[in-house]
Amino acid sequence: MAHSYTPGLKVTEKAIVRKERRLPLKGNVLVKLGDVVKADDIVATTTLPGDVERLNLAGKLGVPSKEAPSFLKVKIGDTVKKDEIIAESKGFFGFFKSSIQSPIDGAVESFSEITGMLTLRKPPKKVEIDAYVNGKVVKVIENEGIVLETPATFIQGIFGIGGEVKGVLKLAVMSPDYVLKPQDITDDMKGKILIGGSLVTNEILRACVAKGVIGIVAGGINDKELKEFLGEEIGVAITGQEEKGITVVVTEGFGQMSMAKKTFDILKKNDGKKASINGATQIRAGVLRPEVIVTYDLNTDISESKHTEMGMDIGSVVRIIRQPFFGAIGRVVGLPHQLQKIETEAHVRVLEFQFDDGKKIVLPRTNVELIEE
Amino acid sequence: MKEKDQITRILATDCGSTTTKAILIEKRDNEYRLIVRGEAPTTVESPYEDVTKGVLNAIKEVEELAEIKILEGDDIIKREKNTGDGVDLYISTSSAGGGLQMMVAGVVDKMSAESAARAALGAGSIVMDVIATNDKRLDHERIKRIRTLRPDMILLSGGTDGGTITHVVQLAEIIEAADPKPRFGAGYKLPVIYAGNKNAADEVAKRLDKKTALYIVDNLRPTLERENLQPARDKIHELFMEHVMAQAPGYKKLMDMTDVPIMPTPGAVGLLIEAIGNRDNIEVLGVDIGGATTDIFSFFQKTFNRTVSANLGMSYSISNVVKEAGLKNIMRWVPFEMDEKDFRNRIRNKMIRPTTVPSTLDELQIEQAISREALRLALEQHKAMAVGLKGVQKERTISDAFDQSSSGATLVNMLTLNLVVGSGGVLSHAPRRVQSALMMIDAFLPEAVTMLTVDSIFMMPQLGVLSTVHDQAATEVFEKDCLVRLGSCIAPIGSIKEGMEAVTVKFDKEEHRVNFGDIKLIPMELGKRVKATIIPAKNLDMGIGKGKEIEAEIEGGVVGVIIDARGRRPFTLPEDEKTRVEKMNKWIKALNVYPEK
Repeated sequence: MAHSYTPGLKVTEKAIVRKERRLPLKGNVLVKLGDVVKADDIVATTTLPGDVERLNLAGKLGVPSKEAPSFLKVKIGDTVKKDEIIAESKGFFGFFKSSIQSPIDGAVESFSEITGMLTLRKPPKKVEIDAYVNGKVVKVIENEGIVLETPATFIQGIFGIGGEVKGVLKLAVMSPDYVLKPQDITDDMKGKILIGGSLVTNEILRACVAKGVIGIVAGGINDKELKEFLGEEIGVAITGQEEKGITVVVTEGFGQMSMAKKTFDILKKNDGKKASINGATQIRAGVLRPEVIVTYDLNTDISESKHTEMGMDIGSVVRIIRQPFFGAIGRVVGLPHQLQKIETEAHVRVLEFQFDDGKKIVLPRTNVELIEE
Repeated sequence: MKEKDQITRILATDCGSTTTKAILIEKRDNEYRLIVRGEAPTTVESPYEDVTKGVLNAIKEVEELAEIKILEGDDIIKREKNTGDGVDLYISTSSAGGGLQMMVAGVVDKMSAESAARAALGAGSIVMDVIATNDKRLDHERIKRIRTLRPDMILLSGGTDGGTITHVVQLAEIIEAADPKPRFGAGYKLPVIYAGNKNAADEVAKRLDKKTALYIVDNLRPTLERENLQPARDKIHELFMEHVMAQAPGYKKLMDMTDVPIMPTPGAVGLLIEAIGNRDNIEVLGVDIGGATTDIFSFFQKTFNRTVSANLGMSYSISNVVKEAGLKNIMRWVPFEMDEKDFRNRIRNKMIRPTTVPSTLDELQIEQAISREALRLALEQHKAMAVGLKGVQKERTISDAFDQSSSGATLVNMLTLNLVVGSGGVLSHAPRRVQSALMMIDAFLPEAVTMLTVDSIFMMPQLGVLSTVHDQAATEVFEKDCLVRLGSCIAPIGSIKEGMEAVTVKFDKEEHRVNFGDIKLIPMELGKRVKATIIPAKNLDMGIGKGKEIEAEIEGGVVGVIIDARGRRPFTLPEDEKTRVEKMNKWIKALNVYPEK
């Protein structure tokens, strides 16, 4: 295969970042092309149709479906209040009347003469989406949303939990291999996004939530502890909906892993600045990775980063992304064309990898990812 | 399209969710053979968002390897005559963008809803949920479910022709209230196929015609004892092309390029499995284990069934295998002791970096351990669904129909099963073929005599769609280049004391005895078939009664004949960790499964 390597995660100090902000259903876009917006500004809104409640009217009245409408005290389209009487049987000489109350606040949508069911609908729900990052509107998707553009520091993680949050970055460790301890989480971290070290534990996550920390970025996490924190096992790799009071962005992988030096250095530089982070991860179709974005002034001069078209070459800096030597960073020193037999006896396309200390190993090309410089 | 006899060079692609595979078939020396295979990453997602880019890249690799010019710019050259550059036929299958995802609804979960699910699965779809009036959910829960799942299509059925219409109309009302939106493209209506009581069609149309794109086809359960799935399946294929594919990036272009309609990948594989079963008059079990999903196809008692376990796979869904099987069940297949924390982290790291491959023996053994559980669970799910119709004319009596819901008796019978066809990365690309054989034996536990095969490079989808236009080419390539025959597996049913003589297999002048708890490999070359006498121990059964010997044809292959005397019903592994590891290593050694460390 011509491109049998894994493109690296983006870790760039300055890049032009584009963000699409799209409604789940069609609605109204509140900004125009060229507008400059702040992260908290609402850029589009829509209403989701309310939930439906179905009532067995004919059954409750004890009459055939076709006759049930004559007992209705409301019309299709009417607004109703919870507990309001919406139908009433006549009873005998005014006695033994049965009255039916609306179970919800909402509107009468329809009645079926075949099934005898009355459909009520709750009021529509308003949905708003904010800009998430500061930036300029470069595209309006009619009735659906916008695309924003901004110069920013942009760091992609490998895995995360929790949705979008915005807050000030706070350096909580002095080195990328440090493992946070509960006493490191202090009261002044409330509302902040922490820059952690090589591992976040269940204990740390709980301490963060207790102190009001809204996000944490770290090198690794143990799956066992993640399960303990979430209270359940993650099945398929689709996250972002967890509501645990904190958003987590893991930059390297599962287990204790020092955050890549470059990632750590960039984050450290941004200590004290406001960031937007999102833990949402989808590895299947669409490959959505968690992210950390720190925007700059719109006039900041940035040349487009070169990573998009970069390929693997002799001299490329890569990270090993599978055992053994998981997480090690080094250089590509050989790219043999022929397939080679590896320990498992599989014949695969390989590369020669050199560690910083000069030691060399051969490993499958698919087991490294490019680190962009 | 050219006349069949004029077709001598065929190009076929399969657009998977991660990789697009292209194969080139040519007629040489009067037979159709696979010439080369190329592949490239699928380009449905951003930044490309055009499936044809990946297709063209895969074709370019085919061009380079075969040294044949196929492309003129971005166009496939179609030959006027059958000489020179270009190809005579181009076909494709696709599962990119998550394949076809459907919801089905039926009145009774074990009757029309189950038939509807079978129709959808048989057409190559993932069934996201089955809604039935007796599924114990409240209406608002069903409505919410339809809204949040956003299927590509809904299949609605229910009621026998001429029967009561109330329940199926009620389902239509639920769909109407949900006002479902399709997954792709905000601007078009969700297709709904109605295949229920014909007398309710007008009432259903009244409710759904405005809010959805409604199509009415023949009832898939016209009477209680008859199932008629084909019209619904055909409509699903048609709408898959018109709606789902047409919305996916680049597919309009791809549809213009192909000579016959694009088929959902599993639909195409299913066609092939069904064709083999019918042609050879045998019972077949096919499996395709992918990164995200595992498909099982079966042909038992002349009935074809397919299921897809949407969240059992070897990369994207690997963690879900752990979740569903339980860590203990997976770790029982690892032939060494391992720390749970480390094991969990390794699996998660595979999930988040799905393209990596095992580079050490330990890693390979872990992946193959997980695959056993993914395959086992997928078969369990298949057994529960493949309770299809019995008898010849796809008919059964009312009592059969009720049996089905009360007993849930499955059609899948490991004793009568003749052929297992394995495919998907972990089986097709295992470094030693015996690894694939053992993975399938451990996961499926075939009984008596069963032939094991694997798809050499996973080209069953392309051959499936090819079989619809050129049966001869599809069959020849399938037999000669696609299917790798591993060898027969002989496994007596039952359990006796460990170490006691369990089974004797005699053929030609050879005699092989295997003790209970052991597994043995008899070398037998590919293509060799012999009549063997198989004599089980007194308390073991080869299918016709305890201790009764059978005569059966056994076949060699690239692995050979495997005699598995480790027990069936039950098959157990030692509870004690040390004994388990010793035992596994004994089996590994007996079959020479892995290189010595």
